[in-house]
Amino acid sequence: MEDFYLAYQSLIAFVGINALLALSVYATLSCGQLSLANAGFMAIGAYTGALITLHAPQVPFGLVLFISAILPSIIAVPLGLPVLRLRGVFLAIATIGFGEVVRLAFVNWDFTNGALGLVAIPQRTQPWILWLMVAVVIFVLARLRGSRTGYALEAIREDETAARTMGIETTRYKMAMLALGAAIAGLAGALEAHFTFIVSPAGYGFGRVVDMLVQAVVGGTAMLFGPVLGAAFLTLLPEILREIGARIGLAPGPFRLFLNGVILLVVILYLPEGIISLPQRLRRRKKAA
Amino acid sequence: MLTLTNVLRTFGGVKAVDDATFTVEKGEVHGLIGPNGAGKTTLLNLISGLMPPTSGSIALEGKRVDRLPPQKIAALGISRTYQNIRLFAGLSAVDNVVVGQHLRRQSPFLPRLLLLPKARLEEQAARKAAFDGLARVGLRERALTPASSLSYGEQRRVEIARALAAGPKLLLLDEPTAGMNPPEAAEVARLVREVAREGRSVLLVEHNVRLVMELCDRITVLNFGKVIARGTPAEIGKDPAVIAAYLGDGA
Repeated sequence: MEDFYLAYQSLIAFVGINALLALSVYATLSCGQLSLANAGFMAIGAYTGALITLHAPQVPFGLVLFISAILPSIIAVPLGLPVLRLRGVFLAIATIGFGEVVRLAFVNWDFTNGALGLVAIPQRTQPWILWLMVAVVIFVLARLRGSRTGYALEAIREDETAARTMGIETTRYKMAMLALGAAIAGLAGALEAHFTFIVSPAGYGFGRVVDMLVQAVVGGTAMLFGPVLGAAFLTLLPEILREIGARIGLAPGPFRLFLNGVILLVVILYLPEGIISLPQRLRRRKKAA
Repeated sequence: MLTLTNVLRTFGGVKAVDDATFTVEKGEVHGLIGPNGAGKTTLLNLISGLMPPTSGSIALEGKRVDRLPPQKIAALGISRTYQNIRLFAGLSAVDNVVVGQHLRRQSPFLPRLLLLPKARLEEQAARKAAFDGLARVGLRERALTPASSLSYGEQRRVEIARALAAGPKLLLLDEPTAGMNPPEAAEVARLVREVAREGRSVLLVEHNVRLVMELCDRITVLNFGKVIARGTPAEIGKDPAVIAAYLGDGA
Protein backbone atom coordinates (compact mmCIF):
# COMPACT_ATOMS: atom_id res chain seq x y z
CA MET A 1 0.00 0.00 0.00
CA GLU A 2 2.76 2.38 0.96
CA ASP A 3 4.70 1.46 -2.16
CA PHE A 4 1.62 2.14 -4.21
CA TYR A 5 1.24 5.55 -2.61
CA LEU A 6 4.88 6.49 -3.18
CA ALA A 7 4.72 5.37 -6.78
CA TYR A 8 1.60 7.35 -7.51
CA GLN A 9 2.03 10.27 -5.12
CA SER A 10 2.24 12.92 -7.77
CA LEU A 11 -0.55 11.41 -9.80
CA ILE A 12 -2.82 11.56 -6.76
CA ALA A 13 -1.82 15.18 -6.17
CA PHE A 14 -2.75 16.04 -9.75
CA VAL A 15 -6.16 14.51 -9.19
CA GLY A 16 -6.65 17.00 -6.35
CA ILE A 17 -5.38 19.99 -8.34
CA ASN A 18 -7.50 19.07 -11.35
CA ALA A 19 -10.51 18.57 -9.09
CA LEU A 20 -10.11 22.13 -7.84
CA LEU A 21 -9.84 23.41 -11.40
CA ALA A 22 -12.92 21.50 -12.54
CA LEU A 23 -14.78 22.90 -9.52
CA SER A 24 -13.69 26.42 -10.46
CA VAL A 25 -15.40 25.98 -13.83
CA TYR A 26 -18.40 24.40 -12.12
CA ALA A 27 -18.78 27.52 -9.94
CA THR A 28 -19.64 29.75 -12.88
CA LEU A 29 -21.52 26.99 -14.71
CA SER A 30 -23.78 26.65 -11.68
CA CYS A 31 -25.44 29.92 -12.65
CA GLY A 32 -25.38 29.06 -16.32
CA GLN A 33 -22.33 31.11 -17.33
CA LEU A 34 -19.68 29.51 -19.51
CA SER A 35 -16.59 31.44 -18.49
CA LEU A 36 -13.25 30.26 -19.87
CA ALA A 37 -11.10 32.76 -18.00
CA ASN A 38 -10.01 30.22 -15.41
CA ALA A 39 -6.64 29.32 -16.93
CA GLY A 40 -5.85 33.04 -16.69
CA PHE A 41 -6.99 33.20 -13.06
CA MET A 42 -4.97 30.07 -12.36
CA ALA A 43 -1.88 31.69 -13.88
CA ILE A 44 -2.35 34.79 -11.75
CA GLY A 45 -2.64 32.63 -8.63
CA ALA A 46 0.37 30.51 -9.59
CA TYR A 47 2.63 33.49 -10.33
CA THR A 48 1.45 35.38 -7.26
CA GLY A 49 2.17 32.44 -4.99
CA ALA A 50 5.51 31.64 -6.63
CA LEU A 51 6.71 35.25 -6.50
CA ILE A 52 5.84 35.61 -2.82
CA THR A 53 7.60 32.36 -1.93
CA LEU A 54 10.68 33.21 -4.00
CA HIS A 55 11.02 36.79 -2.74
CA ALA A 56 9.68 36.44 0.79
CA PRO A 57 10.10 32.83 1.87
CA GLN A 58 9.24 33.71 5.47
CA VAL A 59 5.59 34.32 4.58
CA PRO A 60 3.57 31.34 5.86
CA PHE A 61 2.21 29.08 3.16
CA GLY A 62 -1.38 29.56 4.32
CA LEU A 63 -1.10 33.29 3.72
CA VAL A 64 0.53 32.70 0.34
CA LEU A 65 -2.42 30.54 -0.69
CA PHE A 66 -4.88 33.09 0.64
CA ILE A 67 -3.35 35.94 -1.37
CA SER A 68 -3.09 33.72 -4.46
CA ALA A 69 -6.84 33.06 -4.22
CA ILE A 70 -7.94 36.60 -3.37
CA LEU A 71 -5.98 38.41 -6.07
CA PRO A 72 -7.60 36.63 -9.06
CA SER A 73 -11.05 37.14 -7.55
CA ILE A 74 -10.38 40.87 -7.20
CA ILE A 75 -9.28 40.97 -10.83
CA ALA A 76 -12.46 39.06 -11.76
CA VAL A 77 -14.62 42.05 -10.76
CA PRO A 78 -13.45 44.57 -13.38
CA LEU A 79 -13.40 41.72 -15.92
CA GLY A 80 -16.94 40.71 -15.01
CA LEU A 81 -18.44 44.19 -15.29
CA PRO A 82 -18.24 44.26 -19.09
CA VAL A 83 -18.20 40.54 -19.97
CA LEU A 84 -21.08 39.33 -17.81
CA ARG A 85 -23.40 41.39 -19.99
CA LEU A 86 -22.58 38.89 -22.72
CA ARG A 87 -24.36 35.59 -23.01
CA GLY A 88 -23.47 32.07 -24.06
CA VAL A 89 -20.78 31.77 -26.67
CA PHE A 90 -19.96 35.50 -26.58
CA LEU A 91 -19.07 35.27 -22.91
CA ALA A 92 -16.93 32.21 -23.67
CA ILE A 93 -15.02 34.06 -26.42
CA ALA A 94 -14.48 37.20 -24.32
CA THR A 95 -13.16 35.17 -21.39
CA ILE A 96 -10.85 33.15 -23.65
CA GLY A 97 -9.50 36.54 -24.71
CA PHE A 98 -8.84 37.42 -21.10
CA GLY A 99 -6.96 34.15 -20.57
CA GLU A 100 -4.75 34.83 -23.57
CA VAL A 101 -4.06 38.40 -22.44
CA VAL A 102 -2.91 37.10 -19.05
CA ARG A 103 -0.71 34.45 -20.64
CA LEU A 104 0.87 36.90 -23.07
CA ALA A 105 1.44 39.41 -20.27
CA PHE A 106 3.46 36.79 -18.40
CA VAL A 107 5.35 35.86 -21.59
CA ASN A 108 6.44 39.47 -22.07
CA TRP A 109 7.04 40.49 -18.51
CA ASP A 110 10.66 40.51 -17.37
CA PHE A 111 9.71 40.41 -13.73
CA THR A 112 8.23 36.94 -14.24
CA ASN A 113 11.13 35.81 -16.41
CA GLY A 114 9.15 35.85 -19.65
CA ALA A 115 8.45 32.66 -21.54
CA LEU A 116 10.88 30.68 -19.40
CA GLY A 117 8.81 31.29 -16.29
CA LEU A 118 9.86 30.88 -12.70
CA VAL A 119 11.82 27.83 -11.59
CA ALA A 120 13.10 26.29 -8.39
CA ILE A 121 9.99 27.18 -6.40
CA PRO A 122 10.26 25.37 -3.07
CA GLN A 123 7.88 22.46 -2.77
CA ARG A 124 5.48 23.55 -0.06
CA THR A 125 2.29 21.79 -1.18
CA GLN A 126 1.99 18.84 1.16
CA PRO A 127 -0.65 16.24 0.28
CA TRP A 128 -2.60 17.05 3.43
CA ILE A 129 -2.67 20.76 2.57
CA LEU A 130 -3.88 20.01 -0.93
CA TRP A 131 -6.66 17.70 0.20
CA LEU A 132 -7.64 20.04 2.99
CA MET A 133 -8.11 22.77 0.38
CA VAL A 134 -10.15 20.42 -1.81
CA ALA A 135 -12.32 19.62 1.21
CA VAL A 136 -12.78 23.30 2.09
CA VAL A 137 -13.79 24.19 -1.47
CA ILE A 138 -16.24 21.29 -1.65
CA PHE A 139 -17.66 22.26 1.72
CA VAL A 140 -18.24 25.89 0.70
CA LEU A 141 -19.84 24.88 -2.61
CA ALA A 142 -21.97 22.26 -0.85
CA ARG A 143 -23.24 24.83 1.65
CA LEU A 144 -24.13 27.08 -1.26
CA ARG A 145 -26.49 24.47 -2.69
CA GLY A 146 -29.90 24.72 -1.14
CA SER A 147 -29.21 28.14 0.38
CA ARG A 148 -31.12 31.22 -0.70
CA THR A 149 -28.11 32.08 -2.85
CA GLY A 150 -28.05 28.54 -4.23
CA TYR A 151 -31.69 28.78 -5.28
CA ALA A 152 -31.02 32.15 -6.91
CA LEU A 153 -28.14 30.60 -8.89
CA GLU A 154 -30.31 27.73 -10.10
CA ALA A 155 -33.03 30.18 -11.10
CA ILE A 156 -30.52 32.23 -13.10
CA ARG A 157 -29.29 29.08 -14.82
CA GLU A 158 -32.82 27.97 -15.72
CA ASP A 159 -34.32 31.29 -16.86
CA GLU A 160 -32.52 34.55 -16.26
CA THR A 161 -35.46 36.76 -17.21
CA ALA A 162 -37.88 34.95 -14.92
CA ALA A 163 -35.25 35.11 -12.17
CA ARG A 164 -35.06 38.89 -12.51
CA THR A 165 -38.82 39.26 -12.20
CA MET A 166 -38.55 37.31 -8.92
CA GLY A 167 -36.35 40.14 -7.67
CA ILE A 168 -33.03 38.32 -8.06
CA GLU A 169 -30.09 40.65 -8.73
CA THR A 170 -28.72 38.41 -11.47
CA THR A 171 -25.61 40.44 -12.28
CA ARG A 172 -24.50 40.48 -8.65
CA TYR A 173 -24.83 36.70 -8.36
CA LYS A 174 -23.06 36.04 -11.63
CA MET A 175 -20.27 38.34 -10.52
CA ALA A 176 -19.95 36.58 -7.18
CA MET A 177 -19.65 33.19 -8.86
CA LEU A 178 -17.09 34.48 -11.37
CA ALA A 179 -15.03 35.77 -8.44
CA LEU A 180 -15.45 32.51 -6.50
CA GLY A 181 -14.39 30.49 -9.55
CA ALA A 182 -11.39 32.80 -9.96
CA ALA A 183 -10.41 32.28 -6.32
CA ILE A 184 -10.59 28.50 -6.64
CA ALA A 185 -8.56 28.57 -9.87
CA GLY A 186 -5.97 30.87 -8.29
CA LEU A 187 -5.71 28.57 -5.29
CA ALA A 188 -5.21 25.56 -7.56
CA GLY A 189 -2.55 27.48 -9.50
CA ALA A 190 -0.58 28.31 -6.35
CA LEU A 191 -0.87 24.74 -5.08
CA GLU A 192 0.38 23.39 -8.38
CA ALA A 193 3.27 25.88 -8.56
CA HIS A 194 4.45 24.79 -5.12
CA PHE A 195 4.18 21.15 -6.12
CA THR A 196 5.87 21.07 -9.53
CA PHE A 197 8.59 23.66 -8.64
CA ILE A 198 7.87 25.58 -11.83
CA VAL A 199 5.49 28.04 -13.42
CA SER A 200 5.65 29.05 -17.06
CA PRO A 201 3.14 30.76 -19.35
CA ALA A 202 2.88 27.66 -21.53
CA GLY A 203 1.12 25.85 -18.70
CA TYR A 204 -1.85 28.21 -18.76
CA GLY A 205 -2.91 28.29 -22.37
CA PHE A 206 -6.27 27.62 -23.95
CA GLY A 207 -5.71 23.86 -23.71
CA ARG A 208 -5.62 24.09 -19.95
CA VAL A 209 -9.05 25.65 -19.65
CA VAL A 210 -10.46 23.13 -22.11
CA ASP A 211 -9.13 20.38 -19.83
CA MET A 212 -10.93 21.91 -16.86
CA LEU A 213 -14.17 22.25 -18.77
CA VAL A 214 -14.04 18.72 -20.18
CA GLN A 215 -13.36 17.29 -16.73
CA ALA A 216 -16.29 19.19 -15.25
CA VAL A 217 -18.67 18.22 -18.03
CA VAL A 218 -17.58 14.57 -18.27
CA GLY A 219 -18.03 14.22 -14.54
CA GLY A 220 -21.37 15.99 -14.63
CA THR A 221 -22.18 19.53 -13.61
CA ALA A 222 -25.61 18.84 -12.14
CA MET A 223 -24.01 17.49 -8.97
CA LEU A 224 -21.18 18.87 -6.92
CA PHE A 225 -19.14 15.68 -6.95
CA GLY A 226 -19.42 15.41 -10.74
CA PRO A 227 -16.44 17.68 -11.49
CA VAL A 228 -14.36 15.92 -8.83
CA LEU A 229 -15.18 12.55 -10.34
CA GLY A 230 -14.51 13.86 -13.85
CA ALA A 231 -11.12 15.22 -12.80
CA ALA A 232 -10.19 11.92 -11.16
CA PHE A 233 -11.40 9.89 -14.13
CA LEU A 234 -9.64 11.93 -16.81
CA THR A 235 -6.42 12.31 -14.81
CA LEU A 236 -6.18 8.61 -14.04
CA LEU A 237 -7.48 7.18 -17.32
CA PRO A 238 -4.32 7.78 -19.41
CA GLU A 239 -2.18 6.27 -16.64
CA ILE A 240 -4.42 3.23 -16.27
CA LEU A 241 -4.37 2.72 -20.02
CA ARG A 242 -0.60 3.02 -19.99
CA GLU A 243 -0.37 0.29 -17.37
CA ILE A 244 -2.78 -1.98 -19.21
CA GLY A 245 -0.99 -1.36 -22.48
CA ALA A 246 2.35 -2.24 -20.92
CA ARG A 247 0.97 -5.46 -19.37
CA ILE A 248 -0.46 -6.74 -22.63
CA GLY A 249 2.59 -5.61 -24.56
CA LEU A 250 1.15 -2.82 -26.67
CA ALA A 251 3.37 -0.03 -27.83
CA PRO A 252 2.72 3.12 -25.79
CA GLY A 253 1.63 6.27 -27.52
CA PRO A 254 -0.95 6.40 -30.29
CA PHE A 255 -3.08 3.50 -29.12
CA ARG A 256 -3.43 4.96 -25.65
CA LEU A 257 -4.42 8.39 -26.92
CA PHE A 258 -6.88 6.81 -29.30
CA LEU A 259 -8.53 4.77 -26.56
CA ASN A 260 -8.59 7.83 -24.30
CA GLY A 261 -10.47 9.71 -26.99
CA VAL A 262 -12.91 6.87 -27.58
CA ILE A 263 -13.78 6.60 -23.90
CA LEU A 264 -14.32 10.35 -23.72
CA LEU A 265 -16.61 10.22 -26.72
CA VAL A 266 -18.61 7.32 -25.29
CA VAL A 267 -19.15 9.17 -22.01
CA ILE A 268 -20.30 12.34 -23.74
CA LEU A 269 -22.61 10.49 -26.14
CA TYR A 270 -24.19 8.05 -23.71
CA LEU A 271 -23.96 9.94 -20.44
CA PRO A 272 -24.72 13.54 -21.35
CA GLU A 273 -25.24 14.35 -17.68
CA GLY A 274 -21.82 13.00 -16.83
CA ILE A 275 -20.35 9.95 -15.17
CA ILE A 276 -22.00 10.91 -11.91
CA SER A 277 -25.40 10.20 -13.46
CA LEU A 278 -24.45 6.56 -14.23
CA PRO A 279 -25.97 4.92 -11.11
CA GLN A 280 -29.16 6.89 -11.57
CA ARG A 281 -29.42 5.85 -15.21
CA LEU A 282 -28.82 2.21 -14.40
CA ARG A 283 -31.53 2.33 -11.76
CA ARG A 284 -33.96 3.90 -14.19
CA ARG A 285 -33.13 1.28 -16.79
CA LYS A 286 -33.72 -1.50 -14.27
CA LYS A 287 -37.06 0.02 -13.38
CA ALA A 288 -38.04 0.23 -17.02
CA ALA A 289 -37.08 -3.40 -17.68
CA MET B 1 -51.88 51.84 -6.42
CA LEU B 2 -50.72 51.40 -10.02
CA THR B 3 -51.10 54.36 -12.35
CA LEU B 4 -50.32 54.32 -16.05
CA THR B 5 -50.25 57.70 -17.74
CA ASN B 6 -50.10 58.07 -21.54
CA VAL B 7 -47.98 54.94 -21.90
CA LEU B 8 -46.68 54.40 -25.40
CA ARG B 9 -44.59 51.52 -26.70
CA THR B 10 -43.59 51.16 -30.32
CA PHE B 11 -41.86 48.32 -32.12
CA GLY B 12 -40.45 49.81 -35.31
CA GLY B 13 -43.42 51.76 -36.62
CA VAL B 14 -46.05 49.69 -34.81
CA LYS B 15 -47.66 51.13 -31.71
CA ALA B 16 -48.12 48.04 -29.55
CA VAL B 17 -49.38 50.15 -26.67
CA ASP B 18 -50.76 53.50 -27.71
CA ASP B 19 -51.36 56.20 -25.11
CA ALA B 20 -52.69 53.88 -22.43
CA THR B 21 -53.96 55.55 -19.26
CA PHE B 22 -55.61 53.68 -16.43
CA THR B 23 -55.28 52.89 -12.73
CA VAL B 24 -55.48 49.74 -10.64
CA GLU B 25 -56.75 50.35 -7.11
CA LYS B 26 -55.63 48.60 -3.95
CA GLY B 27 -57.40 45.28 -3.42
CA GLU B 28 -58.99 45.45 -6.83
CA VAL B 29 -59.20 42.73 -9.46
CA HIS B 30 -58.70 44.63 -12.66
CA GLY B 31 -59.35 42.88 -15.95
CA LEU B 32 -57.38 43.68 -19.09
CA ILE B 33 -59.07 42.31 -22.17
CA GLY B 34 -58.94 42.79 -25.88
CA PRO B 35 -58.62 40.83 -29.12
CA ASN B 36 -55.39 39.03 -30.01
CA GLY B 37 -52.55 41.44 -30.62
CA ALA B 38 -54.23 44.24 -28.70
CA GLY B 39 -51.07 44.83 -26.63
CA LYS B 40 -52.09 43.21 -23.35
CA THR B 41 -48.93 41.16 -22.82
CA THR B 42 -46.77 44.09 -23.95
CA LEU B 43 -48.45 46.17 -21.27
CA LEU B 44 -47.62 43.57 -18.60
CA ASN B 45 -44.03 43.50 -19.86
CA LEU B 46 -43.84 47.27 -19.51
CA ILE B 47 -45.25 47.21 -15.98
CA SER B 48 -42.88 44.45 -14.84
CA GLY B 49 -39.90 46.21 -16.40
CA LEU B 50 -38.96 43.65 -19.04
CA MET B 51 -38.94 46.56 -21.47
CA PRO B 52 -39.21 50.31 -20.95
CA PRO B 53 -42.09 52.31 -22.38
CA THR B 54 -41.20 54.54 -25.34
CA SER B 55 -42.91 57.38 -23.50
CA GLY B 56 -45.38 57.93 -20.69
CA SER B 57 -45.09 56.97 -17.06
CA ILE B 58 -45.91 54.03 -14.84
CA ALA B 59 -46.10 54.62 -11.09
CA LEU B 60 -46.58 52.27 -8.18
CA GLU B 61 -47.95 54.01 -5.08
CA GLY B 62 -46.87 57.34 -6.53
CA LYS B 63 -43.31 56.23 -7.27
CA ARG B 64 -42.15 56.11 -10.89
CA VAL B 65 -41.07 52.59 -11.86
CA ASP B 66 -40.92 52.81 -15.63
CA ARG B 67 -37.13 53.15 -15.86
CA LEU B 68 -36.29 50.52 -13.26
CA PRO B 69 -34.93 47.05 -14.09
CA PRO B 70 -37.32 44.13 -13.43
CA GLN B 71 -35.62 43.00 -10.21
CA LYS B 72 -36.06 46.47 -8.67
CA ILE B 73 -39.71 46.56 -9.70
CA ALA B 74 -40.20 43.11 -8.17
CA ALA B 75 -38.62 44.40 -4.97
CA LEU B 76 -41.20 47.21 -4.87
CA GLY B 77 -43.97 44.61 -4.82
CA ILE B 78 -44.96 43.58 -8.34
CA SER B 79 -44.98 39.86 -9.18
CA ARG B 80 -46.14 38.21 -12.34
CA THR B 81 -46.89 35.04 -14.25
CA TYR B 82 -46.29 34.45 -17.94
CA GLN B 83 -48.59 33.61 -20.78
CA ASN B 84 -46.02 31.17 -22.14
CA ILE B 85 -45.16 29.72 -18.68
CA ARG B 86 -41.63 30.42 -17.48
CA LEU B 87 -41.14 28.03 -14.62
CA PHE B 88 -37.65 26.83 -13.72
CA ALA B 89 -38.19 23.57 -15.56
CA GLY B 90 -35.39 21.61 -13.92
CA LEU B 91 -36.55 22.42 -10.39
CA SER B 92 -39.37 20.75 -8.51
CA ALA B 93 -42.64 22.58 -7.94
CA VAL B 94 -41.75 23.39 -4.35
CA ASP B 95 -38.25 24.60 -5.30
CA ASN B 96 -39.83 26.98 -7.81
CA VAL B 97 -41.89 28.45 -4.99
CA VAL B 98 -38.80 28.69 -2.76
CA VAL B 99 -37.13 30.78 -5.49
CA GLY B 100 -40.23 32.97 -5.46
CA GLN B 101 -39.59 33.74 -1.77
CA HIS B 102 -36.23 35.30 -2.65
CA LEU B 103 -37.25 38.86 -1.79
CA ARG B 104 -38.84 37.94 1.51
CA ARG B 105 -36.09 35.77 2.89
CA GLN B 106 -33.44 37.08 5.23
CA SER B 107 -30.76 34.47 5.10
CA PRO B 108 -27.17 35.63 4.81
CA PHE B 109 -24.72 32.95 3.71
CA LEU B 110 -22.30 33.13 6.63
CA PRO B 111 -24.50 31.48 9.30
CA ARG B 112 -25.27 28.72 6.84
CA LEU B 113 -21.61 28.24 6.02
CA LEU B 114 -20.89 27.94 9.74
CA LEU B 115 -23.70 25.39 10.15
CA LEU B 116 -25.49 27.59 12.68
CA PRO B 117 -28.89 26.28 13.74
CA LYS B 118 -30.66 29.54 12.95
CA ALA B 119 -29.83 29.11 9.28
CA ARG B 120 -31.36 25.64 9.29
CA LEU B 121 -34.48 26.88 11.07
CA GLU B 122 -34.91 29.66 8.54
CA GLU B 123 -34.61 27.16 5.70
CA GLN B 124 -37.13 24.80 7.22
CA ALA B 125 -39.55 27.68 7.68
CA ALA B 126 -39.05 28.76 4.06
CA ARG B 127 -39.65 25.25 2.79
CA LYS B 128 -42.73 24.84 4.91
CA ALA B 129 -44.09 28.15 3.62
CA ALA B 130 -43.44 26.92 0.07
CA PHE B 131 -45.40 23.71 0.73
CA ASP B 132 -48.23 25.81 2.16
CA GLY B 133 -48.12 28.03 -0.91
CA LEU B 134 -48.52 24.97 -3.11
CA ALA B 135 -51.34 23.69 -0.91
CA ARG B 136 -53.08 26.98 -1.56
CA VAL B 137 -53.16 26.31 -5.28
CA GLY B 138 -54.12 22.69 -4.65
CA LEU B 139 -50.77 21.14 -5.51
CA ARG B 140 -49.48 20.02 -2.13
CA GLU B 141 -49.09 16.42 -3.27
CA ARG B 142 -47.30 17.42 -6.48
CA ALA B 143 -44.69 19.46 -4.59
CA LEU B 144 -41.71 17.25 -5.37
CA THR B 145 -42.52 16.70 -9.04
CA PRO B 146 -40.17 18.42 -11.49
CA ALA B 147 -41.93 21.45 -12.96
CA SER B 148 -41.44 20.10 -16.48
CA SER B 149 -43.44 16.93 -15.63
CA LEU B 150 -46.50 18.82 -14.43
CA SER B 151 -49.57 19.27 -16.61
CA TYR B 152 -50.16 22.60 -18.29
CA GLY B 153 -52.79 23.66 -15.77
CA GLU B 154 -50.61 22.58 -12.87
CA GLN B 155 -47.69 24.57 -14.22
CA ARG B 156 -49.86 27.67 -14.39
CA ARG B 157 -50.86 27.18 -10.78
CA VAL B 158 -47.24 26.69 -9.66
CA GLU B 159 -46.44 29.97 -11.41
CA ILE B 160 -49.16 31.69 -9.40
CA ALA B 161 -47.84 30.14 -6.17
CA ARG B 162 -44.32 31.26 -7.09
CA ALA B 163 -45.51 34.82 -7.76
CA LEU B 164 -47.48 34.92 -4.50
CA ALA B 165 -44.46 33.65 -2.56
CA ALA B 166 -42.88 37.08 -2.99
CA GLY B 167 -45.80 38.63 -1.09
CA PRO B 168 -46.60 41.12 -3.86
CA LYS B 169 -48.76 44.23 -3.56
CA LEU B 170 -49.70 43.82 -7.18
CA LEU B 171 -50.02 40.50 -8.97
CA LEU B 172 -49.92 40.45 -12.78
CA LEU B 173 -51.56 37.35 -14.25
CA ASP B 174 -51.14 36.72 -17.96
CA GLU B 175 -53.88 34.35 -19.08
CA PRO B 176 -53.78 32.22 -15.93
CA THR B 177 -56.58 29.88 -17.03
CA ALA B 178 -55.38 29.23 -20.60
CA GLY B 179 -55.39 25.50 -21.24
CA MET B 180 -57.30 24.73 -18.04
CA ASN B 181 -60.53 22.77 -17.78
CA PRO B 182 -63.54 24.55 -16.22
CA PRO B 183 -63.11 23.20 -12.66
CA GLU B 184 -59.43 24.23 -12.69
CA ALA B 185 -60.34 27.67 -13.99
CA ALA B 186 -62.97 28.06 -11.27
CA GLU B 187 -60.34 27.16 -8.71
CA VAL B 188 -58.04 29.90 -10.05
CA ALA B 189 -60.96 32.39 -9.95
CA ARG B 190 -61.57 31.53 -6.30
CA LEU B 191 -57.86 32.02 -5.56
CA VAL B 192 -57.77 35.41 -7.29
CA ARG B 193 -60.72 36.59 -5.25
CA GLU B 194 -58.99 35.42 -2.09
CA VAL B 195 -55.78 37.22 -3.02
CA ALA B 196 -57.71 40.45 -3.58
CA ARG B 197 -59.39 40.07 -0.20
CA GLU B 198 -55.90 40.11 1.37
CA GLY B 199 -55.58 43.67 0.05
CA ARG B 200 -53.41 42.77 -2.93
CA SER B 201 -54.28 44.16 -6.33
CA VAL B 202 -54.56 41.86 -9.32
CA LEU B 203 -54.19 42.85 -12.95
CA LEU B 204 -55.64 40.02 -14.96
CA VAL B 205 -55.14 39.45 -18.68
CA GLU B 206 -57.63 36.83 -19.75
CA HIS B 207 -59.36 35.54 -22.84
CA ASN B 208 -62.15 33.79 -21.00
CA VAL B 209 -64.64 36.66 -21.12
CA ARG B 210 -67.17 35.01 -18.83
CA LEU B 211 -64.51 34.53 -16.16
CA VAL B 212 -63.43 38.16 -16.46
CA MET B 213 -67.01 39.40 -16.20
CA GLU B 214 -67.58 37.35 -13.06
CA LEU B 215 -64.29 38.03 -11.40
CA CYS B 216 -63.22 41.59 -12.06
CA ASP B 217 -64.18 44.75 -10.22
CA ARG B 218 -63.25 46.87 -13.19
CA ILE B 219 -62.15 46.17 -16.72
CA THR B 220 -59.99 47.98 -19.24
CA VAL B 221 -60.41 47.03 -22.89
CA LEU B 222 -57.55 47.41 -25.35
CA ASN B 223 -57.70 47.27 -29.12
CA PHE B 224 -54.69 47.93 -31.36
CA GLY B 225 -52.85 49.21 -28.31
CA LYS B 226 -55.47 51.82 -27.45
CA VAL B 227 -57.78 51.85 -24.48
CA ILE B 228 -61.22 51.73 -26.07
CA ALA B 229 -63.30 51.28 -22.93
CA ARG B 230 -63.06 51.02 -19.19
CA GLY B 231 -65.61 50.44 -16.45
CA THR B 232 -67.41 47.81 -14.45
CA PRO B 233 -68.23 44.48 -16.10
CA ALA B 234 -71.83 45.58 -16.57
CA GLU B 235 -70.77 48.76 -18.35
CA ILE B 236 -68.24 46.94 -20.52
CA GLY B 237 -70.80 44.34 -21.57
CA LYS B 238 -73.01 47.08 -23.04
CA ASP B 239 -70.26 49.24 -24.55
CA PRO B 240 -70.74 49.52 -28.33
CA ALA B 241 -67.01 50.04 -28.96
CA VAL B 242 -66.20 46.78 -27.15
CA ILE B 243 -68.87 44.85 -29.01
CA ALA B 244 -67.55 46.23 -32.29
CA ALA B 245 -63.96 45.29 -31.42
CA TYR B 246 -64.89 41.73 -30.55
CA LEU B 247 -67.52 41.03 -33.18
CA GLY B 248 -66.51 43.38 -35.97
CA ASP B 249 -68.16 46.62 -37.01
CA GLY B 250 -70.95 44.96 -38.87
CA ALA B 251 -72.40 43.32 -35.76
